[in-house]
Amino acid sequence: MKLTVEGLNSHYGPAHILFDIGFEVGEGEVVALLGRNGAGKSTTFRSIVGLVAQRSGRIVFEGKDVSVRPTHEIVRGGLGYVPEERRIFTDLTVEENLEVGRQPKRLNAPSWTREKLFALFPNLAEMRNRPGGRMSGGEQQMLTIARTLMGNPSLVLLDEPSEGLSPKIVEQMVDAILTMKKEGVSIVVSEQNLHFARLISDRAYIIERGRICFGGTMAELDARPDIRDAHLSL
Amino acid sequence: MQLQPGPPMAFYVVQFLTGLASAASLFLVASGLSIIFGVTRIVNFAHGAFYMIGAYVAFTLTERLSGTFGFWGSIVAAAFAVALIGVIVEMVLLRRIYHAPELFQLLATFGLTLMVEDLVVLIWGPDDLVGRRAPGFKGAVDFFGQNIPSYDLFLIVLGPVVLGILWLLFQRTRWGVLVRAATQDRDMVAALGVNQKWLFTSVFAVGVFLAALGGALQIPRDAVHHAMDLRIIVEVFVVVVIGGLGSIIGAFVAAVLVSELNAFGILIFPKISIILVFLVMAVVLIVRPWGLFGRPEAPARKTPGLTVNPWRPLTSNERLAALAALVIAATLPLFAGNYALTVGSEIAIFVIFAVSLHFLMAVGGLASFGHAAYFGLGAYGVAFLAKMAGLPMIVCLLLGPLLGCMGAAVFGFFAVQLSGVYFAMLTLAFAQIVWSIAFQWVSVTGGDNGILGVWPEKWAASPSHFYWLALGVAALVTVALRVAVFSPFGYGLRATRDSALRSEAIGVNVKRMQWTAFVISGTTAGIGGALFAYLKGSVFPDNLGISLSVDALVMVLLGGVETVSGGVIGAIVYKALNIWLVSQTDLSKLVLGGFIVLIVVVFPKGIVGMLEMLAQRRKSTSPPGASLLAKPIESAE
Repeated sequence: MKLTVEGLNSHYGPAHILFDIGFEVGEGEVVALLGRNGAGKSTTFRSIVGLVAQRSGRIVFEGKDVSVRPTHEIVRGGLGYVPEERRIFTDLTVEENLEVGRQPKRLNAPSWTREKLFALFPNLAEMRNRPGGRMSGGEQQMLTIARTLMGNPSLVLLDEPSEGLSPKIVEQMVDAILTMKKEGVSIVVSEQNLHFARLISDRAYIIERGRICFGGTMAELDARPDIRDAHLSL
Repeated sequence: MQLQPGPPMAFYVVQFLTGLASAASLFLVASGLSIIFGVTRIVNFAHGAFYMIGAYVAFTLTERLSGTFGFWGSIVAAAFAVALIGVIVEMVLLRRIYHAPELFQLLATFGLTLMVEDLVVLIWGPDDLVGRRAPGFKGAVDFFGQNIPSYDLFLIVLGPVVLGILWLLFQRTRWGVLVRAATQDRDMVAALGVNQKWLFTSVFAVGVFLAALGGALQIPRDAVHHAMDLRIIVEVFVVVVIGGLGSIIGAFVAAVLVSELNAFGILIFPKISIILVFLVMAVVLIVRPWGLFGRPEAPARKTPGLTVNPWRPLTSNERLAALAALVIAATLPLFAGNYALTVGSEIAIFVIFAVSLHFLMAVGGLASFGHAAYFGLGAYGVAFLAKMAGLPMIVCLLLGPLLGCMGAAVFGFFAVQLSGVYFAMLTLAFAQIVWSIAFQWVSVTGGDNGILGVWPEKWAASPSHFYWLALGVAALVTVALRVAVFSPFGYGLRATRDSALRSEAIGVNVKRMQWTAFVISGTTAGIGGALFAYLKGSVFPDNLGISLSVDALVMVLLGGVETVSGGVIGAIVYKALNIWLVSQTDLSKLVLGGFIVLIVVVFPKGIVGMLEMLAQRRKSTSPPGASLLAKPIESAE
């Protein structure tokens, strides 16, 4: 397995947010983490990369337990993270944003260069020197993904990549994610949008109130409309 | 008045160039402070101390190493050596407190500064040291009959050169890109695989290097002495407030502006030249509260881990206990001697001072780093009334604090336009300005000689009577402020402390609320100062000095800033300890500084906070999970 999460519990202060979250991602797989707003998708990702201080459980990435490592070490190990709120550096240009993400090449992961990423996201190529603050939401979303890919990750946690984007940009996003998959990047993508998830994912987990309540292939999910209707808003 | 022929034009040009030369060092130090703040969000109060150590180390090295190479090598080596000290400080101390509230960080570096002040005297002695002139820049250049030291010309060129180098460093290197990214969102930088620890350490090293270089470059111009840290830090705070914290260009422009104002202010108001700088700063703050080149900061995120226990008024048992403590305190004259009574009076006065600041800090969420200004103004108010107007004591005591009230009204108006570290820096700068006025305006304030002979009248002259007076006023003030905490005004003020935005959304006029709190707090401090003048029989500029402001902060933090009664307990413990300590050691600043650092690192909740935590732990162990409210609530983001 590429990534195994077992018994993950997270707290914000006195509030218990995640309850025994567990899921697996295979080599080169695209797995969707589905759930409504506030179900715990983002907290799951933030816990995996160590951005939530109060967490417990086992997180095994490429055979190594990373659950107590600091954020930068987890990421340097090849586990890339694309946050939901985009969080690009608005004062920095596109190229400088990419520079922040740059990490050395990795043997077991596809390596990315600026030019390769500009080919993947042609919009970005046209605004190399534009400050991140003067880009549209879709362009910013592309930049966040490109920035994380500069770290040559073997697995990427993609937090709601389609949120708030126009249908045209969503199409480009689907293409980009499929290209990443083809290159050999394993991906966990959190989504509220089942339609989008179906276009890219091999398997899906459903999270509801901090608990995993379904796990299976997309076909298995389609066979259970009751689960779909109970836990996802369409 | 007879008109005299004005100085020639060339004189003004030379004055202008002198200002530019002074700007160079100021810019180096201010840019270092800005860079460090940008990434680590720490306002490094010890920056002045690093500047001073830079000058001392450079002095020693230039004395040992001869020749041109020896001199310039010494300057650079001194800066590197001090940068290394900075790295050690960052790794040993600052890394522990990055997640502490910003006030604690400011205070910890404050403590460090105090320690350094004693240490440099221990190592280099108390006398001014006059350093070597710079080889190659010993002479002066003639400019239409006026002399300009050639070293000044060197500094004038150096400023823009350093600005250019810093620009290249930040725009053209990977390190610079990472630093700029971290300035905006340091968690995201970590989430991209960058080790924040070393980034922070390197940034701190660069900032300290600049400060030390600024200090080292001063030795051919000025004597090296052990008070140069405070002088520069106040100027630097003014510079970064005007230029905008975090902006290097802003630091440069503001350094030039402040230096020129100083250079020409001397000509216009020879006695109180600092007024001019203050006026410019006030204008800038009104027009652009975030500085000329800064940008508006989002409201600071509440630090996670900062726990707040819900406050409640005292129960009737606790009220009885407090009353009993007061009665016991009032019996002191029955068995204690005169010295103990004087100490007791002083402690009572400092309780007044501490609760006044505690009200502003704990209830209003505004940490004033210059609270002694209002204490001292109250003292001067009494001195003016008693000595010049010859009014009776009771009138002086009632009217004297009004000077503190007026000072607080004027300065508070500007200060509450800002918040957080800006607020702290501004209050410190204001206090320093009041201090300089008291120090420089000799004809009115007596300058360093102070105003003597402010003795209480007969009814309060005996130590026991004065002690009862001080104790009574202290009790009255404490009760009044406590009532205010649990009044509608207190609730509103606490709302502005916890979330300024939400308070505004429900119709609270945040700025006016904070201003009112500032005035209340300043007036109360003035009451303390008024009593203090009578206790000591004299008033000195030290009564408004920085060290007194620090005393107040330490008392509040020692007692516990998140508690209601922290001010009282902190003042009693601290003042007693302090009086005892000063009688025991000559290195009181070193011990005090170390003590402050220790409080910040080990007991961030203070004495009362710790007692409350212990009490709660005991309570929550008896009935398991008794109440959710009793547990500390941690804010999520």
